[in-house]
Amino acid sequence: MMRPTPPDVLPLRHLLTTDGLSRPQILSILDLAESFLPVGARAVKKVPLLRGKTVVNLFFEPSTRTRMTFELAAKRLSADVLNLDVAHSSTRKGETLLDTLRNLEAMQMDMLVVRHAESGAADFFARHAAPHVSVLNAGDGRHAHPTQALLDMFTIRRHKADFTALTVVIVGDVAHSRVARSQIHALRILGVPDIRVVAPRTLLPVDIETLGVRVVPHLETALRDCDVVITLRLQRERMQGTFLPSEGEYFRHYGLDAARLALARPDALVMHPGPINRNVEIASAVADGPQSVILEQVTNGIAVRMAVMAQVLGRAPGQESAA
Amino acid sequence: MNRLTLSGGRVIDPARDLDATLDVHLSEGRVLAVGAAPAGFCPDERIDVQGRWVLPGLVDLCARPLPDLAQETRAAAAGGITSLCVPPEVTPCIDTPAVAERLQHQGQQDARARLHLVGALTCALAGEQLAELAALRAAGCVAVSQGPGGLTDSQTLRQALAYAASHDLLVMLSPRDPWLYRHGCAHEGATSTRLGLPAIPGVAEAIGLARDLALVELTGVRAHFCRLSSAQSLPLLAQARARGLPVTADVAVHHLHLCDTDLARFDTLCRVDPPLRGMADRTGLRQAWADGLLTAVCSDHHPLGPDAKRLPFPQATPGIAGLETLLALALELVWAEHLPLSRAIASLTCAPAQALGLPVGTLAPGAPADLCVVDPEAIWTPTAQTQVSRGLNTPFLDRPLRGRVTHTLLGGRVVYRLDASGSDWP
Repeated sequence: MMRPTPPDVLPLRHLLTTDGLSRPQILSILDLAESFLPVGARAVKKVPLLRGKTVVNLFFEPSTRTRMTFELAAKRLSADVLNLDVAHSSTRKGETLLDTLRNLEAMQMDMLVVRHAESGAADFFARHAAPHVSVLNAGDGRHAHPTQALLDMFTIRRHKADFTALTVVIVGDVAHSRVARSQIHALRILGVPDIRVVAPRTLLPVDIETLGVRVVPHLETALRDCDVVITLRLQRERMQGTFLPSEGEYFRHYGLDAARLALARPDALVMHPGPINRNVEIASAVADGPQSVILEQVTNGIAVRMAVMAQVLGRAPGQESAA
Repeated sequence: MNRLTLSGGRVIDPARDLDATLDVHLSEGRVLAVGAAPAGFCPDERIDVQGRWVLPGLVDLCARPLPDLAQETRAAAAGGITSLCVPPEVTPCIDTPAVAERLQHQGQQDARARLHLVGALTCALAGEQLAELAALRAAGCVAVSQGPGGLTDSQTLRQALAYAASHDLLVMLSPRDPWLYRHGCAHEGATSTRLGLPAIPGVAEAIGLARDLALVELTGVRAHFCRLSSAQSLPLLAQARARGLPVTADVAVHHLHLCDTDLARFDTLCRVDPPLRGMADRTGLRQAWADGLLTAVCSDHHPLGPDAKRLPFPQATPGIAGLETLLALALELVWAEHLPLSRAIASLTCAPAQALGLPVGTLAPGAPADLCVVDPEAIWTPTAQTQVSRGLNTPFLDRPLRGRVTHTLLGGRVVYRLDASGSDWP
């Protein structure tokens, strides 16, 4: 089911954040992803859209799922893919980020997919990239992870008819989560009227309400009658020290178990960006239960990343938006 | 030394409550008279400055005119600044009399501004061994400081302040709680939350200030607080001054103009230390500057090469090259009626000079003939081409400003002149 793309929707040159995207821009990516979903189910899982294009995956942080799905997405679009694992590359020998970029440009890459531990790193690459190079943010510090947020929106849309009637709960380490920030922007742009975030105050950034969410102190209160529950991954290093006393205490208050999930609408979706910590932020029974769409998110991630790549690299020259 | 008369300008010298159209007569590197020429005075040169302002040369409480001292002090001269206080954290660190003397010597040879050196409180600013403070003063240092990092260990700070007090040295302090500052690169608020930047809450400064004020009271040292940025610090400072503690404070001009929202999408030119704070902080700082609680405004000049800012925001080096826009940015807030002209000029001249006990910042007869002439109506736009400093790291380029320096005199000698053919450093 393809909706016609409105003529005023300019394709993106880069995708750095969901903050500031327009509703039609997001919808056009989701629509395109919808058309790519069957590709993965075919015997020959390839379309020739990006034949002859070179995509570089530049990952300064370890990643399995995101890097693999970006790689698969590029390959299914018939692009040539280079994976630069920075643990073994010259940045370890003191090369600056700018020199890395210039060298990759000298190899005539068309698209850079970048993950980096510092917030703003993707914006940095986009600001300094040659005019023909597009940058996709695969996660920068705590700032943004836009393709994750878009695949989450895609997954929600496949199950829920109307964003403007939804109540969404985000529970977990919002403070350190680029995923949560990108989800919040995307949900707001798509018109979700009630976004509730739940976390101990050590894991909530100040003034989070200014992003358009409501802080609800107790998970039980937040879950009541909600349509979507997004649990966030609790990084190992947050379980020690002063963010939290223990993972046990975290699970007792903020873990999503079957009893708590029963407070949500019976058809509520359970989502998680992965990888999950079983029985830390989510009970195994819930992660594997009928309401969980966690693995569907992974599958959808390939189609959504194909859509973003196709749109960014398929744009006509000069026809682009500043975002 | 030549004799010189600046004729017909509006002389503004807040130190003497003077604002009138008068001639200024200079002789032997000093101000001879303001008003009528002394009997028999015959200047070698007369500069007509009608329609312009004649101000004492500006006193900048924090500027790093290195590594290219000659070029950076040309930038200072272009900004009307004749006195620069150099903090100890420059390279090499000003922690021994030898370094201080070498820098003074270099200043006398190359500089188009007076250098007032601030010595290090501890060796290499490492916070462990006291530097030879009395020797640093003997070598010309006007104050001592621990640099922007401050001292984590309160016992060490107490000892350092007590020792400085016993030699009647002024201590310049950058108050901060080191733990709340750790890893932070932006003000904690809606902007840091949206951008996902490691953040520093405003209270990090107030907590540091509360500790430092308590130790100032305990040790009886004279202290000056550098570049306050948080509105939460201001009542603490006001209370301390009301109690009669010998403390003063300054603010960096960029904190009066910008706030965290100017980070926009990770603009590394807006990466400064302390960070640009929130809108309410900026409002509070402007008021405290107008009231005189923040006695001086400084440039916090820190010229950087392009590579220092071509990095992801958290990795970029903090700092703004601010010498050339200090006066015009202060005047912007006069034009916007945030404070009277005389108060703004005072905060750039006599107030910083008095805070550090420097014999400059006024046009009183006998004072060094350091002064600048300003065309208050000139609209100009600083650009990468006009920037004299080696550092192009300023968010204020390409923004029109009103009020421009046309002459700067240091010890009675013209060190900068702007005319129709452009800038000149005679």
